[in-house]
Amino acid sequence: MTNSKKWLLTSALAVGLASGALAEELTVYTAVEAEDLARYAEMFNADHPDIQINWVRDSTGVITAKLLAEKDNPQADVIWGLAATSLLLFKSEGMLEPYAPEGVELLDPKFVDQSDPPQWVGMDAWVAAICYNTVEAGALDLPVPTSWQDLLDPVYEGHLIMPNPNSSGTGFLDVSSWLQIFGEEGGWEYMDGLHNNIARYTHSGSAPCKLAASGEIPIGISFAFRGAKSKAAGAPIEIIVPTEGVGWDMEATAIVAGTDSLEAAQTLVDWSITRAANEMYNTGYAVVAYPGVAQPVEHFPENLAEMMIDNDFEFAANNRSAILEEWQSRYDGKSDPK
Amino acid sequence: MSSVESIPGPKIRKKVGTDALIQRGFIVVIALYLIITLAFPLYAMLSKAFEVYNYDLSQFSVQASDEEGNFTTGPVTLLDLNAELGLLGDSDMAAKGDGRLSLTQFFPDFSFRSPVMYRVAGTDEKSVFLVGSERHVGTESVEVDSNTFRKVVVRPVKSRGMSNFTRYFSTPALFRSIGNSVFIATVSTIITVTLAFWFAYALSRSCMKYKGFFRLVAMAPILVPSLLPGIALVYLFGNQGILKGLLMGQSIYGPIGIVIGSVFFTFPHAMLIIGTALSISDARLYEAAVSLRASRWRTFWTVTIPGARYGLISAAFVVFNLVITDFGLPKVIGGQFNVLAVDIYKQVIGQQNFEMGAVVSVVLLLPALLAFAIDRQVQKKQVAGLTARSVVFEPKPDRKADTGWLFYCSLVAVFILGIIGICQMAALIKFWPYDMSLSLNNYAFDRMDGGGWAAYKNSIKLGLLTAFVGTVVVFLGAYMVEKTSDFTKGRSGFQMLAMMPMAIPGMVLGLAYIFFFNNPANPLNFIYGTMAILVVSTVTHFYTVSHLTAVTALKQMDTEFESVASSLKQPFYKLFARVTVPVCMPAILNISIYLFVNAMTTVSAVVFLYSTDTALASIAVLNMDDAGDIAPAAAMGMMIFYTNAAARLLHAVGSRAILKRSEAWRQR
Repeated sequence: MTNSKKWLLTSALAVGLASGALAEELTVYTAVEAEDLARYAEMFNADHPDIQINWVRDSTGVITAKLLAEKDNPQADVIWGLAATSLLLFKSEGMLEPYAPEGVELLDPKFVDQSDPPQWVGMDAWVAAICYNTVEAGALDLPVPTSWQDLLDPVYEGHLIMPNPNSSGTGFLDVSSWLQIFGEEGGWEYMDGLHNNIARYTHSGSAPCKLAASGEIPIGISFAFRGAKSKAAGAPIEIIVPTEGVGWDMEATAIVAGTDSLEAAQTLVDWSITRAANEMYNTGYAVVAYPGVAQPVEHFPENLAEMMIDNDFEFAANNRSAILEEWQSRYDGKSDPK
Repeated sequence: MSSVESIPGPKIRKKVGTDALIQRGFIVVIALYLIITLAFPLYAMLSKAFEVYNYDLSQFSVQASDEEGNFTTGPVTLLDLNAELGLLGDSDMAAKGDGRLSLTQFFPDFSFRSPVMYRVAGTDEKSVFLVGSERHVGTESVEVDSNTFRKVVVRPVKSRGMSNFTRYFSTPALFRSIGNSVFIATVSTIITVTLAFWFAYALSRSCMKYKGFFRLVAMAPILVPSLLPGIALVYLFGNQGILKGLLMGQSIYGPIGIVIGSVFFTFPHAMLIIGTALSISDARLYEAAVSLRASRWRTFWTVTIPGARYGLISAAFVVFNLVITDFGLPKVIGGQFNVLAVDIYKQVIGQQNFEMGAVVSVVLLLPALLAFAIDRQVQKKQVAGLTARSVVFEPKPDRKADTGWLFYCSLVAVFILGIIGICQMAALIKFWPYDMSLSLNNYAFDRMDGGGWAAYKNSIKLGLLTAFVGTVVVFLGAYMVEKTSDFTKGRSGFQMLAMMPMAIPGMVLGLAYIFFFNNPANPLNFIYGTMAILVVSTVTHFYTVSHLTAVTALKQMDTEFESVASSLKQPFYKLFARVTVPVCMPAILNISIYLFVNAMTTVSAVVFLYSTDTALASIAVLNMDDAGDIAPAAAMGMMIFYTNAAARLLHAVGSRAILKRSEAWRQR
């Protein structure tokens, strides 16, 4: 072993020991995109170096399932960045620790749980959008869709892709928003029509946009943030906000009831609603909980905030099971639409 | 001393010596291991399948006011109300765990604009109802206006029953998967066994060149996760695929993709089994055929095929089992074509419906168990294929035929290498198909889902730990079963336990582990979410083949060793360490490399069990593909391939060196 390596090792050990002595560890469950997690932890540790975050990241459906499965034996201390509809479900199962974080009154009330003290607080909104690959769609002569209804046009048959709402939070917000925009009956009718054009349903919510970005499919129903990222990476895509309005869900934060590190959890949640944290969310999300923070995000459609529908989260949470069952019986397991 | 004779001697009983006691102890410990890691979890899963959620209407009472808001009638329980109105039947009471029942439906003339007020209360201390998402526990009543009453819902409660199964078989989206799975497995089996048979035939019955190369290539699919062929097919036949035209408008996402991929990843398994069966043929039979002037065609059907029939049948069932239980491939390339293994994943991961996941697991267990049972029966029959008088068959050169075989084997090799090659290519291309320049961007795993490079390191750790722990447990277990004399019942019981893991699909095992280990009442609960549970599940999942390898090696050792050792008063462990282990070294090394390679590639059992700290490379491939990051998924898949190839190489070199040293006695 060379000297420099030895030095590195000992100093690494020393740092490890020093931080080990101080650090409190928090197990944080999240559905935030993987590439943002390191940044979130870094920013948080700049203010609170003594709390170490152990991330458990997966798609919304997986994390929700995990938390429900661990209901009697919770492994998580904090949930940071999971769909509000999931948190509402946990709330109704009595799995969350009520806590009013410091400065919660500064947030847009739409982003805070109604109970007092609130059981969760919102961070930002992630919004549905259509990713349209100009090169592939051009080659196939597909017109640019401007509304959800446009997507029913038979020219799109086999050229659309969307997430399966049973596994993807994005897919579910699409479905629940259509049920709210078009009404219950109209919503299902709309999806019946859409189903004829869908090539397949993906497991994850970001996949449709990534697949559109790579030209595997011309049009993907996904969320705006993902589209903006793919566009920034050089994909020939346009992000389209349908004129009827778009569904959205909130990413939210909560403390898991029964955590052993309540104090550290509260510190984290306190920090998660600060202005600095909201500025951090703003790099990817055009709409955040802290009023006056949001700056326009590159490649993001400008009118997005106005196009967000007035989402009834309780409707979505309490009808989730019934909606998904109906969806499954209508569209899942049908043979591959050609 | 004479007095001794007059005293009636003690009853003579066979004494159990220290050795035998220790050995029994070992058998019991390893049997306990299998019971805890296999039998208990399966039982937990089975009982989960019968866990149902129902709305218990007797738990709640409601009261409605008149138009002025005065409550003139007393509270009624929902049960009575429902009975009176005849609204909901028994089948409406079944629900999923997160199901919610709205109370407005019990008031046919309900309108959210009416001035009628409602009072809701539980009937016992444990009743829970929700107003919106607010919980109300106990018997205290809550008064709400009509508008808010819309938000009052009740949650289902847990009980036991068959309704999950009735629900499964009355949901076409679910039970149709049975047909799909069986169809896919059957078609893949027919194609794979046919292809593998001719390949093995060429290797053992022709004088074609480059046999060593072809043997090596045919084994390559074992080194990659079954997800990889799926990813390769996307690049070959997907909408941007380079060979898309070959499909003539058919979509690769669906049965076509699953079958092609299944042929790829099951090929080596079939080839090995059939190859072994073909290699033990007796040349005298062929000589007899020639002297009887039988045509080649007739010889083929009357000598070759009957000689290899058990191998063929066994290969068919192994392939069928592999395909029907595989989860990675249909997950990647299956599109809307549902199969059982993916259904389990969808139910559990997507819908959080653990009970239905358990039901699908039970359904998947049946064909897997059946295929396994038939295979065991067939294997038992294949004993005396080769007798002491047999003459080994030596193929004679035949220029025309050998060229034909070379052509055929080359085609298969191109298929296998093409699948692996395209993945490596895709991994190195910057942004397929818009920027075809080379780049290492796709190796920046830390910026993607799935766990990054840490996942890769974890996989290697899991591989090494599984290889080490697994080999020790398996070999000790096999030794105790094979080389101890009494305790017959215990040993045959153990033998049965050791065969079980092969019949249990990985997905089923993984799910069973959640139910068993993620239970706070379980004292072993602490291993949940750690590397330990991954090691335990992987060792158990691949126990049977390792056990059989060890047993075969041990059977080749004469039992005289034990007799000699005990007459020399040597304890068994001395014999074990000084003789048995060195002699069985080749088998021990084979077991460890088998466990290592499988630990690197497995997805099915561990997909339910990993945590962020223990994310694995194979899971990363799955998750990256899931998120649409197909090229990085291919890159990670290739990392697994290279690691496994390197491990195999190391194993080959290492075992040659060890053999040279420890097996000098074999040379004369």
